Amino acid sequence: MSVVVIKAGLLDTLQDRGRDGCAAFGVGTSGAMDEVSLRLANALVGNGDDAAALEFTAIGPTLRFERDATIALAGAPFEARIGDARIAAWRPVRVDAGDVLAIGRALDGFRGCLAVTGGFAGERVLGSASTDINAALGPFGGRALRTGDVLAIGANDSVAIRHHDDMRLPAHWSLDPRPWFDADPARPIRVIRGAHFDALDAASQRALFESAFRVSSDSNRVGLRVDGVALTLRTPLELVSEAVAFGTVQLPPGGQPIVLMAEHPTTGGYPRIAQIAAIDLPRLAQRRPGATLRFVEIGLDDAQTRYLRRERELARLVEAIAQRLQS
Amino acid sequence: MTAQAGEVFSIEPLGETMLLLRFGERVDEAVNAKVHAAAHTLRRVDMPGLVDVIPSYATLALRYDAAFWAGRDGTPAWEHLAGALRAVFATPPRVDDAAGRLVEVPTRYDGADLDAVAAHARLSIDDVVARHVGAEYRVAMLGFAPGFPYLLGLDRALHMPRRAQPRLRVPAGSVAIGGAQTGIYPRELPGGWQLIGRTPLRLFDALADPPALLAPGDRVRFRAIGDDEFDALLVQARA
Repeated sequence: MSVVVIKAGLLDTLQDRGRDGCAAFGVGTSGAMDEVSLRLANALVGNGDDAAALEFTAIGPTLRFERDATIALAGAPFEARIGDARIAAWRPVRVDAGDVLAIGRALDGFRGCLAVTGGFAGERVLGSASTDINAALGPFGGRALRTGDVLAIGANDSVAIRHHDDMRLPAHWSLDPRPWFDADPARPIRVIRGAHFDALDAASQRALFESAFRVSSDSNRVGLRVDGVALTLRTPLELVSEAVAFGTVQLPPGGQPIVLMAEHPTTGGYPRIAQIAAIDLPRLAQRRPGATLRFVEIGLDDAQTRYLRRERELARLVEAIAQRLQS
Repeated sequence: MTAQAGEVFSIEPLGETMLLLRFGERVDEAVNAKVHAAAHTLRRVDMPGLVDVIPSYATLALRYDAAFWAGRDGTPAWEHLAGALRAVFATPPRVDDAAGRLVEVPTRYDGADLDAVAAHARLSIDDVVARHVGAEYRVAMLGFAPGFPYLLGLDRALHMPRRAQPRLRVPAGSVAIGGAQTGIYPRELPGGWQLIGRTPLRLFDALADPPALLAPGDRVRFRAIGDDEFDALLVQARA
């Protein structure tokens, strides 16, 4: 009743929406880098949106299913095959016991998501099945998957997907990934000014919004390092550690900003020059190392309004998918 | 963007789902006590719509459910929550009401840097230990790793900068000094603090409730122990 990792990808981890409520004990949230893709992948297989899915990066894993299952791929488009059949993303797909799903390279973007009906039954730690590699918390002791690992599939007690009898595809439709997936490097990432933006010197304030930056190869689930013109403060700041968030843009002394990502520590002590707008975090998570980055300013009120609107739109879409799965 | 609420704290949004209540700018026990008192008040009134409440030295961070706090009148969610917080804190919280638990941490003083700390402090090793066990500490915050407590209250003579070359592996339970603070490594981790001893207690256990031995605001006293007690407690902690 499981899935075997025949060949691990570059970085495969089980993730859900993250670990809430323990930050006071130094436990970060972790969770999916592209949370929107996670939620939609889960919706496409009839799961609740807190089910654990597999996040993979740049090159995906090869998996053998030991039982029949319904899966959905979302996030970045990857090469994906079962035998000679190409497997489409953004729709539920039927797999049979014995099928081998080979996920290859990302064709665009960086991170893919595989959900399975019932969810991957990863060990839940402090209320979440998210993997936190640095904290060594979560399924598999908090590590990335390795070749030979066996993933259990949970029971699906929520939604019965009605299967049309002819083919792999239980549904004759697929979800349009736009606007939910967007790795286009030409489109700027919206940022809110941070508490210490005003401490940047005038040239650095301009550079943040006018320069082109790049995603450093030295980036991971903890932080995305930003290569480009070095940013400098008018005068050094003496700061004490305090809470940071997914999307907080910190400026260490070297002048190369770091955007804190899903697996960020709970606190940080570097100047916070900006905050990535929540609506653009999934887009940022899809930029691969070397990709161009431009930042454009958005006000907090506007960013919060758009974030809440996106949440409503996503909830409506998830509801619509649930209805389609049963029709 | 900063709103004053009396003279107690200012409110700083950090993105769409977090507010920082700022009580000061420095590492200071009196400022930190206000942070714990505010956290205590929020627990007491059972403030709704909060996802995480994160004390640190000088701020209390609140991660919140923006949909819950979205105002029907077009007021941004963060302002709505800020208003509710100002109402809760119209009477400043009493620091005395949030004294925290007192937790004893048995420690074998045999750390790899104990000689260096003694030399830096110009004290004998016995005096270093006496001063370290002689103080009562406060858990200012947890961070760096799950269960890692930053403790305020270190005797001034024991203040010592971090090592120039951090260690790749600091043993679990290591009691250490970093600048003006002392802390305890909950598991084997890389780290640059000066190691003075080791406790057999388990600082973090994800399966326990709460998962950390020490909570923000708790008070801590160290007690010097020998090999026999260390070994006995280690067996207990692993059971």
